[in-house]
Amino acid sequence: MENLLTDAFLSSLLTGAIIAGIPLLLAGLGEQMSEKAGVLNIGIEGMMLFGAYLGFLVAFTFSSVWLGFLGGIAGGMMVAALMALFCVRLGLNQIVIGIGLTLGAEGLTALLHHFQFSRTYPRLPAPVRADLPLLTDIPILGPSLFGRHPVVYIALALVVIMALLYRRTNLGLTLRAAGEKPAALDVAGGRVMMIRTAAVLFTGAMAGLGGAFMANIAAGIFIPYMTGGAGFIGIVLAMLARGRPFWVLTGALIFGGALSLTTALQVAGSNIPTDVIQMLPFAAVMLVLVLYGRKARLPAALGLPYERGAR
Amino acid sequence: MSVAETLETGAEARAGTGRWRKLLVVTLGPIAAALMTSGLILLLFGINPLTYYGFVLQRGLLSGLGLEQTLTRMAPLLFLAAGLIVAFRAGIWNLGVDGQFLLGAVAAAALAPLMILWAPGWLTLLAGFALAGAVGALWSVLPALLRAYQGVNEIITTLMMTFLGVSLANVLVKLIFLDPGTTVPQTRTLPVADRLPRLFDTSISSGLILGLIAVLAVHVMMTRTAFGLKLRTVGANPHAAAHAGLSVPRLTMAVFALSAGFAGLAGAVDILGVQGNVRADWNPAFGLMVIPLVFLARFHGVGSIILIFFYSALLIGAESAARRVGVPQDFTLVLVANLLIFLGLAEYLDHRRKRTEG
Repeated sequence: MENLLTDAFLSSLLTGAIIAGIPLLLAGLGEQMSEKAGVLNIGIEGMMLFGAYLGFLVAFTFSSVWLGFLGGIAGGMMVAALMALFCVRLGLNQIVIGIGLTLGAEGLTALLHHFQFSRTYPRLPAPVRADLPLLTDIPILGPSLFGRHPVVYIALALVVIMALLYRRTNLGLTLRAAGEKPAALDVAGGRVMMIRTAAVLFTGAMAGLGGAFMANIAAGIFIPYMTGGAGFIGIVLAMLARGRPFWVLTGALIFGGALSLTTALQVAGSNIPTDVIQMLPFAAVMLVLVLYGRKARLPAALGLPYERGAR
Repeated sequence: MSVAETLETGAEARAGTGRWRKLLVVTLGPIAAALMTSGLILLLFGINPLTYYGFVLQRGLLSGLGLEQTLTRMAPLLFLAAGLIVAFRAGIWNLGVDGQFLLGAVAAAALAPLMILWAPGWLTLLAGFALAGAVGALWSVLPALLRAYQGVNEIITTLMMTFLGVSLANVLVKLIFLDPGTTVPQTRTLPVADRLPRLFDTSISSGLILGLIAVLAVHVMMTRTAFGLKLRTVGANPHAAAHAGLSVPRLTMAVFALSAGFAGLAGAVDILGVQGNVRADWNPAFGLMVIPLVFLARFHGVGSIILIFFYSALLIGAESAARRVGVPQDFTLVLVANLLIFLGLAEYLDHRRKRTEG
C-alpha cells in the first residue's frame, strides 16, 4: 500500500473525480432547480438514463459528440415534460410518477438498445479534449483538471451562473416563492405552474446532459441501466446543498472521487474488490446525512402540488 | 367527510353501482390502459402485442407447470407486499426493500446450509427466517433513526441503503460466505430435500401459504387492531398523533422494523423455498415492482394478493417470452411504469369527478 500515493494514482483519482463528478454535478444542479420551485423530482434517474441513451444514439448515428449532447438534453427534457404534465399541471403524486418515469426509462431504453444493437455495445471514438494551453502542463493537476472536454467547463460555468441566478435575479426569487409559498406567488401575479414547469424542464435538460456525458465521454458506450443511481445521488446533493450551487459542486467532486476510487486503486495495483468500492459513495451519503441530516432543509411546499384555491 | 360525499356514498350503498364504477375507473381502468399503451410500444418494435400477451397468458397462467411456477413466484412478492402495506399505511416511504430483501436472502443462505448439518430441518428453516427478518430490519435502523429523530426524508435514505445493501450482499457472497466447493461465486446450497416442503403433488412451494398468511395478517393488523390504528394515525397526521399522546418516533421505528423485517423474510422464503443459495450479483429487484401493485390495490391486503398473482404470471410468462418471442424481460418495467402513470391519472380523474359533482 505504500506506493498508493504515486503520481499515477493521484492523477487518475483526480481525473476520475471529475469524469464521474460532472454527471452528478449536472444532476444535482438540475434537481436543485426543481426542488427550489417545489417539485421533488424522483424521476431524475429516468431523465438521466434517457438522456444517456438518446445522447449516445445521436452521437453514434451522426458521429458527433456535440449533437449527442443536444440529443441528451432533448432526451432528458422529454421525460421531464411528462413529469411536468403529470405532477405540475395535473398535480399527481410526485413520488408515484417519479418512480414510474424512472422504471419506464429503464425498461424502454433497455428495449430500444436490445432491438437496435441486440447484444453488441458499439463504442464511440475517443472524445475530443480541450487542452487549455500552459495550464495542461502543470504536473499531475494539469492533465486532470485542464485537459478535459469542453462540457466540463460548461458544467463548471453553470455553477456560477446558477449561483448568480438564485442570489441576484428576480427569477431566482420567483423560483423560491414557487417552492416556499406558491399561493403568495400566485396572488402576486406570478405564474406558479409556468415557473414549476420551466424548472422541471430545466432539470430534465441538466439530467439529460449529465446522462449523455456519462455515455459519450465517461464510458464511450451505452449500457442499459448505466446511470446506476447517479440521479438519486443528485437528489441527495441537492438536498444537502440547501439551495447553494457551490455546495453541489463540492459534493459532486467528493462523490465523483469515491466513485472513481475503483479505477484509481486498480492503477495503483491494489486488489480491494470493486463491490466494496462501489459502496463508498452511498456510505458517504449516509454518513453525511447522519452528521448533517437535521440541517438538510427543504422548501416548505416541496412535493405538494399547487392547486389554486385549495386549502 | 363533506355532505356531498356522504350523500354520494349513501347513494352508492343503495344503488351499488358507484362502487363498481370506482373499481372500474381506478383499478381496472389503469390496468387496461397500461396493457394497451405497452402493447402499442411492442407494436412500434414490430412485435404483435396479441402474440406476446397471448404467449405470456398461456405460459404464466394456462399451462399447468406455468401456473405452478407463478404461484411459487408469488411467495417473496407477497412478503414484500406485507412489508410495504405496513409502511405505506403508516405514511412511511420504505423504498429500500430491495436491499433488505437481498441481505435477508444472503443471511438465510449463509446460515441454513451449515445449520442443516447438525440441526433438524424445521429448526433450520425457522432459524433461517428469523435471521433473515432480523437482518432485514437491521438494515433499516439507520433510515428509521434518521426519520424518527432527525426528520430526514426516508425516501432518499432507504434508496441509499438499497444501493449499499446490494453491494454489501455481493461482498458477503464473494468474500465471506463463498462456497469453497465450487468455482462459481455463490453461497453454499441448501439441499432440495431440506427446503420448504412443496404443496401436495405439485411443484408449488409452501412459501406461498406463508406469504398469503403474512399479507392477510398485516391487513388485519393495520385495519382491525389498536396498534394498526395508531400506525395509521401517525401516517395520516403525525402532528395529530403526537397531540393524541402517541410516541411518533417510537411508532416510526416499529414501522420500519416491521416493514424491513418482512422484506428480509421475503428474501428467506425465496432462498429457503426455491433458490437454495445466493449467486454473486443476483438481484431480482422485486421491490420496486411490488410498490406499484400495492399502490394499485390501495394498500389493501386482498387486492394486493390478486394483483401479485397476475403480476407473478406476467413475470413467469415474460421470462420465457424473452427466449421465445424475443422481447427482453425489461418490457415488464415498461408495463409497470405505464401502470403507475395511469394509476396516477385515474386518481386525478376520480378526484376531479368528485369535485365537480360535489
